[in-house]
Amino acid sequence: MSRTPLDTVEHAAATPDVELPWAELGLKKDEYERIVEILGRRPTGAELAMYSVMWSEHCSYKSSKVHLRQFGEKAPQSDALLVGIGENAGVVDVGQGYAVTFKVESHNHPSYVEPYQGAATGVGGIVRDIIAMGARPVAVVDPLRFGAPDHPDTKRVLPGVVAGIGGYGNCLGLPNIGGEVVFDACYQGNPLVNAGAIGVMRHEDIHLAKASGAGNKVVLYGARTGGDGIGGASILASETFDDAKPSKRPAVQVGDPFQEKLLIECTLEAFEEKLVVGIQDLGAAGLSCATSELASNGSGGMRVTLDDVPLRDSTLSPEEILMSESQERMCAVVEPEKVDRFLEICEKWDVIATVIGEVTDGDRLEIYWHGGKIVDVDPRTVAHEGPVYERPYARPSWQDELQADDANKLPRPETSEELKDQVLKLVASPNQASKKWITSQYDHFVQGNTVLAQPEDSGMIRIDEETGLGVAIATDGNGRYAKLDPYAGAQLALAEAYRNVATTGAKPLAVSDCLNFGSPEDPAVMWQFAEAIRGLADACQQLGTPVTGGNVSLYNQTGEVAIHPTPVVAVLGVIDDVARRTPVAFQEEGQLLYLLGDTRAEFGGSAWSQVVHDHLGGLPPAVDLERERLLAEILISASRDGMIDSAHDLSDGGLIQAVVESALLGGKGARLVVPDGLDAFTFLFSESAGRAVVAVPRSEEVRFNDMCGARGLPVTRIGVVDGDSVELQGEFTLSLDELREAHEATIPALLA
Amino acid sequence: MTARIGVVTFPGSLDDRDTQRAVRLAGAEPVALWHKDKDLKQVDAVVLCGGFSYGDYLRAGAIARFSPVMDTVIEQAKAGLPVLGICNGFQILTEAHLLPGGMLGNDHLHFICRDQKLRVENAETAWTSDYESGQEIHIPLKNMDGRYVADQYTLDKLEAEGLVAFRYLARGDAADGYGNPNGSLNDIAGITNEAGNVVGLMPHPEHAVEPLIGSGRTDGLPFFTSILKKLVNA
Repeated sequence: MSRTPLDTVEHAAATPDVELPWAELGLKKDEYERIVEILGRRPTGAELAMYSVMWSEHCSYKSSKVHLRQFGEKAPQSDALLVGIGENAGVVDVGQGYAVTFKVESHNHPSYVEPYQGAATGVGGIVRDIIAMGARPVAVVDPLRFGAPDHPDTKRVLPGVVAGIGGYGNCLGLPNIGGEVVFDACYQGNPLVNAGAIGVMRHEDIHLAKASGAGNKVVLYGARTGGDGIGGASILASETFDDAKPSKRPAVQVGDPFQEKLLIECTLEAFEEKLVVGIQDLGAAGLSCATSELASNGSGGMRVTLDDVPLRDSTLSPEEILMSESQERMCAVVEPEKVDRFLEICEKWDVIATVIGEVTDGDRLEIYWHGGKIVDVDPRTVAHEGPVYERPYARPSWQDELQADDANKLPRPETSEELKDQVLKLVASPNQASKKWITSQYDHFVQGNTVLAQPEDSGMIRIDEETGLGVAIATDGNGRYAKLDPYAGAQLALAEAYRNVATTGAKPLAVSDCLNFGSPEDPAVMWQFAEAIRGLADACQQLGTPVTGGNVSLYNQTGEVAIHPTPVVAVLGVIDDVARRTPVAFQEEGQLLYLLGDTRAEFGGSAWSQVVHDHLGGLPPAVDLERERLLAEILISASRDGMIDSAHDLSDGGLIQAVVESALLGGKGARLVVPDGLDAFTFLFSESAGRAVVAVPRSEEVRFNDMCGARGLPVTRIGVVDGDSVELQGEFTLSLDELREAHEATIPALLA
Repeated sequence: MTARIGVVTFPGSLDDRDTQRAVRLAGAEPVALWHKDKDLKQVDAVVLCGGFSYGDYLRAGAIARFSPVMDTVIEQAKAGLPVLGICNGFQILTEAHLLPGGMLGNDHLHFICRDQKLRVENAETAWTSDYESGQEIHIPLKNMDGRYVADQYTLDKLEAEGLVAFRYLARGDAADGYGNPNGSLNDIAGITNEAGNVVGLMPHPEHAVEPLIGSGRTDGLPFFTSILKKLVNA
């Protein structure tokens, strides 16, 4: 782009015929025409840069917006919600004056291009969202999906992603307490790297992204602005990967966790001294996003002098400065008399801070460069009034055939020997195997408040040392279920995360989501997306857990092949006293094992159908949200009143997977009996939803049964914690050593 | 009168709050110390905590060792001030030559976080007197650069003079927290100086001080009760 003469607003008005590279910046023709219409002239190069990044799919949600509205429209009444959708992250009241903010985001595309930095900066970005709400980050979680475990490229992507998450998160001092690792060939060219974070603050400390009060200063602080990540969001996340195009490596940002750690500390110190009026982190779309968001959410306008932005590379053009996604930067609005103190705190932490502009009493965002005005826009048109698409959607032609291919008709094990072999095969399969090789690369001790961490059902953090108040978080998603039925699949993801939180004894309060799908330009994908959102919004309404925010990642497809629709749902819960938490591990021999809920022959999308038959077809397990709610209430009451010593939710892999995990973690075996009315195969492998297995001390047996009976929850005694093997009476016995070898050797063998 | 134990915060320190909590739980008074400040605020002992001081750039601990606070720590440690270095703190102590040897990257090239089994080899230092010699304990370990190395002369001296304070328990199954986690020479997890006032180790005792939290064990608390008893009885 030529900059002689400088492409000022004046120059643009005088040269209407200059051709701008709108298509290269990812804008469609009608979008460009809309910009010209808004401005009443052609945009300057700088304005075009801003609109192009802010109107990208990643930043504008232009394909998803019409569907996402349901989360607001169907939002259940909840006293817990302090800040809802639309801010950097939602905020939930957890009692005792504490508020918790949490969010999940995707960093999928960059993590495929450059696994280490892509994943690392994903952690960095979500953590800045949390700080921008005024909270101290207290934990991170990472739901991850990779291609086939034995594919050579998985060996490039997975270790890089894991090292990146560890390298960044460990250096920030944030315990990594949860997440998932799932393998499926559908993610081969499109791994899903989702990152979630939780932060804690007092109610009065909530901060919002808005620039108010004419004369207030706009302070940019953190790292210098460089040439990395330019157009990362607009170009990388908004187009399908295509072999024909040149490498996009330079569009991935490079993270510096040390800088981010300093940013956290100095931001929190500034909050503590009440120096900040409004704040926004610089993530996707960098300064374009921060300035337009702050200005459009506040009461006034904003004037920014781009020459004052500290640069890493003095040759950057103003357009590049506006688009740069250099990491570890934040933008704060500070009253003039507090600026000195704010800068002092930044200096204490060796963080560069510069006043780059001020809030005006107008309603325009004006940006200057070398004395010329290069941007003069209504910030709302940049930040909030991007294009909205009603993309066509249609139920895919193959959906009926897929659902008709019933997994319940697959050949089942016929002998005890076959049954035993399939159990071993299941617990050793990459998706069901222990992920210790991965999670041991994450610090889960730091901050000294971790009560539970993976492989527990939910991660749990103490937030008050005196009272024991704590929060729990679980993330779940099952792309196989969602492929079979996206409406039910999204509900099952919510149900599982909700159940996982309750299993540990915490009360589910609110939801964040990361919606990973293929190209919205494909009507079949758009149908999956619409169905998943409808399902999730309906289920959140029914369970009384509002969606507080989240993220949409589209274009997760390579060529014509989209990933399985993968809505990942995070549920946040609260527990009054973390001493009452319930772990997965069996605690004491002799305790009685109970199965809660109903078990039906449901194998569609199951781990068994994948591991034994490499099959995906039929219908996912039936959803019964009232049952989920009842189960959760029972689990929470039982934890609180000391009626259960361990509990594990049943999900992929069914009952046997859960029992084996509890046994291995506790170092204690189990003797199981097939209950009346069930066959051994269905008992072990069914993935019926709304179930959990609990260990009850004998002294609590009557009380626990009475509670379940009184509240109408089916409860079936299935065995006892005992010995050093897992035995199914009359069928097979597997020693813990044998099971441990099968369960723990798989991932190291694939990746080490 | 209780003891005042300083905990230094460098840019990039991570376990400073945790260490202060451990000091408090042991019954001592934690005092926050700042890397740019030479003043140790008349504390009775100092802990250099874990983290990634200065991002571990250049080499773990290499930059922190030159910060103003370290001038005073080095001077007073030589005069007998009890100093404990945990993880990054241990790395800083070796960079400062208060303890011999140094740390390289883990032999498997990964960050490792697990509850580690150790044996207390020297229960006579300022920081270990509440343990029994030979006692086996579980202490969380989490690091990238934890492989202790030293030349043969130094190793021989450490062994001959009983200056190895903690050793990774090398028997059994590594999955259970046994085994040398990083390739440290002689399975060394921590060492002491001859005077017994300066101790450094890679595992994190401050993460094992409450029954519910972290590893769920309290095997790390004796570090902090040892020093408290020593100071109060002095």
